[in-house]
Amino acid sequence: MKYIDEFRDGDRARHIGANIAAEVRPRRSYHFMEFCGGHTHAISRYGIAGMLPDSVRMIHGPGCPVCVLPIGRIDLAIRLAMERGVMLCTYGDTMRVPASDGLSLIKAKARGADVRMVYSAHDALKLAEQHPDREVVFLAIGFETTTPPTALVLRDARDRAVSNFSALCCHVLTPAAITHILESAEVRQLGTVPIDGFIGPAHVSIVIGSQPYEHFAEEYRKPVVIAGFEPLDVMQGILMLVRQVNAARAEVENEFSRAVTPEGNLAAQNLVSQVFELRESFEWRGLGDVPYSALKIRPAFAAWDAERKFDLQYASVPDHKQCECGAILRGVKRPTDCKLFGTVCTPESPMGSCMVSNEGACAAHYAYGRFRDIPVVTA
Amino acid sequence: MVELLPGLRAVVDLSGVRKDVSMDLVSDAQLGDYVIIHVGYAIGKIDPEEAERTLALFAELSAEQGAA
Repeated sequence: MKYIDEFRDGDRARHIGANIAAEVRPRRSYHFMEFCGGHTHAISRYGIAGMLPDSVRMIHGPGCPVCVLPIGRIDLAIRLAMERGVMLCTYGDTMRVPASDGLSLIKAKARGADVRMVYSAHDALKLAEQHPDREVVFLAIGFETTTPPTALVLRDARDRAVSNFSALCCHVLTPAAITHILESAEVRQLGTVPIDGFIGPAHVSIVIGSQPYEHFAEEYRKPVVIAGFEPLDVMQGILMLVRQVNAARAEVENEFSRAVTPEGNLAAQNLVSQVFELRESFEWRGLGDVPYSALKIRPAFAAWDAERKFDLQYASVPDHKQCECGAILRGVKRPTDCKLFGTVCTPESPMGSCMVSNEGACAAHYAYGRFRDIPVVTA
Repeated sequence: MVELLPGLRAVVDLSGVRKDVSMDLVSDAQLGDYVIIHVGYAIGKIDPEEAERTLALFAELSAEQGAA
């Protein structure tokens, strides 16, 4: 397909790999965090880690929307489906996130709860219109990419007076999370790794633009290169970061200029600000409570806000003791550092959230990377 | 994008697989434009000139490599 195949070309990838190898300085190491789960997936799937010099290490960030969702939020959705009789709609990956009491939304469905997998927010609103006798709740998760669609359906629900529809809003914000990783004392206590630069998200940046990253390039002196999701985009993004580090620059550069502009998608931003406002604090798996890092539904849309409609009270629930998702989401540990990885915890039966979505660091490593861990022996 | 539908929806063609998506967030897209789809919604358009420029960037030889 046009705009895909040419960005996956193996010869070009080797060429960029040679450029990176030629430009890294001897005796210096480069630690870059790819914030976004889409990049984590691309790095594993296309074997990018294997094309980089040993001195360049990619650290997986917390930008997998399913992975950062804390147990307590899933518990709210499960209880709505099991105890309040609602039809609970959500994206496919979210259904398998482990929650309290050994449950997940898909296990709740097996116990008779009405949980529906939807491809888009639009489908959830359609279900509400088809079932006027039922309360339909859309468990809305994700970063700035999935927020505009949720805003659209909430606006449509209001305009069309669909009173049996509401959203349980778990939308989170990318810049707030990156800032938190860089400066929060709690995160420092929990342990972080030195980061020399960031690969900025692809689709998120289409919506928010490249401007929101200027702040931490300047304030924290960290280079940011926004890169597309194709393997050559990621390789070129890494090369651009190496060049910035070598030149002691800390700027926002845009490798994904075919889709990302400085100001982003203004129509989407306006819509989001009409429907949502900042949440004072939101718990992230792995990062703890992060101030102003998430959105909630504005009072004008209260009738379509499941938290208000069903008077939901959030309670924090700790992760499984052996699960290392928290440290993996902060980039401190790698999937293979976790005792559960590949034994108790697999994509078929995930214990932790990073094993659920294919954007999760553990699932990506399980699917594509684990064979690299096995030494090749000659017979 | 291969076909416009009523209600700001459109049919997109992904290598022969046709899909009905929302154009609400990219209402200025024209037939024949390449759009980026996320959870059933077009969120942005591809700029063909910028795509060419990026491909040219991939082909550049780094100064260090050229000198080697």
